[in-house]
Amino acid sequence: MRHLMSPLDFSVEELEELMNLAEDIRNNPGKYAHACEGKILATCFYEPSTRTRLSFESAMLRLGGQILGFASADSSSAAKGESVSDTIRVISGYADICAMRHPKEGAPMVAAARSGIPVINAGDGGHQHPTQTLTDLLTIHSLKGHLDNLTIGLCGDLKFGRTVHSLIKALVRYPNVKFIFISPQELTLPGYIRDDVLQKNNISFTEVRHLEEVMPELDLLYMTRVQRERFFNEEDYVRLKDFYILDKAKMKLAREDMLVLHPLPRVNEISVEVDDDPRAVYFKQAKYGVYIRMALIVTLLAMKEKEESSC
Amino acid sequence: MLNVGRIEEGFVLDHIKAGEGMLLYHDLKLNKLDCCVAIIKNARSNKMGKKDILKVECPIDLLDLDILGFIDHNITVNVIKDGEIVDKPKLVLPKKIVNVIRCRNPRCITSIEQELTQVFYLTDEEQEVYRCKYCEEKYGEK
Repeated sequence: MRHLMSPLDFSVEELEELMNLAEDIRNNPGKYAHACEGKILATCFYEPSTRTRLSFESAMLRLGGQILGFASADSSSAAKGESVSDTIRVISGYADICAMRHPKEGAPMVAAARSGIPVINAGDGGHQHPTQTLTDLLTIHSLKGHLDNLTIGLCGDLKFGRTVHSLIKALVRYPNVKFIFISPQELTLPGYIRDDVLQKNNISFTEVRHLEEVMPELDLLYMTRVQRERFFNEEDYVRLKDFYILDKAKMKLAREDMLVLHPLPRVNEISVEVDDDPRAVYFKQAKYGVYIRMALIVTLLAMKEKEESSC
Repeated sequence: MLNVGRIEEGFVLDHIKAGEGMLLYHDLKLNKLDCCVAIIKNARSNKMGKKDILKVECPIDLLDLDILGFIDHNITVNVIKDGEIVDKPKLVLPKKIVNVIRCRNPRCITSIEQELTQVFYLTDEEQEVYRCKYCEEKYGEK
């Protein structure tokens, strides 16, 4: 049975199919309004994440399916000490597909090994968040028309930002992608991404400190938030949180067709004055997150049915 | 050189780094076997200066080459049957190791679900990097 644990679980060809399906859903929502009628999605969220959970729930409801689940470990049997393996075996009897978020890294993989239904990793600690990466890829694919031949600027917290690491790993599979990393010295990319992912794949990249100097070169600018919870020292957080603020003046330096993406929530790294710029697509990106999750649910359920009918 | 009697069936582990014989004894869980074990420490070696040697008299299928390969793939293994060396298998880094080392990442699911199998995969042979199957954290000591 197919699950989704990491954005690299799908081949480039499978991803292309998934994104084409998501685009068809976006263009013809009526065609898919009953695609999951009679099916149930379980959202097992062991830690709160309103945005991702609501995006999954919206996706299933828009497909005509139903939802059940819990929004924190306190309201699940985990509070009584039940293992993830036991929980998923029970949930497999209640639902047809499961989206799981867990603070411990690898928990959805443990669930998938024991599950009778497809499991989607909806975020496991600082490890993987594959549906965010799929959302980012769909946004680029839909609005740029391609995932190759791009110069992509990634700005902000490149050290702790798992969305950035996942996106880099997913994009290096496409030809002629160049990266420009913009971050303060303290928040540069971890060595393993530089060595194991970029240099190993002969990917061209540069690292700079100032956003202004690279704005004219970019096809895409992916902004990230400096996350308070990643710092042990409040002083460091305060010093670095406003290091980059994207404003109208900086946007003037960018090309007309450059796009600004952000996984959200935004704090103050993008000034609200940028929101009305047609190149600012982060709210559209959140909406694309629902389409890609719809495509993913339809695809995984179809794969499961195909497997069952061939047995 | 100290002489230890020959064994009929078992294995001789030679060229163990001096001082690591006892570690290997525990890692191979030889303390749990009801068999004759000789640990020779600081034996003279032309190649290494000093080395440790382990001689274990036991059925040869009890030897886990994967664990040995993970611990030190430069160890020489002599498999003994009827008092003769019948095999000198070359140790390689195992692609996967199960329940030998534990993940130390406090954010890993194995930190709260202790009964889970501890699985590590070799992800970089050149640098001898093993990563936890669940959280992909690098194992610190290799």
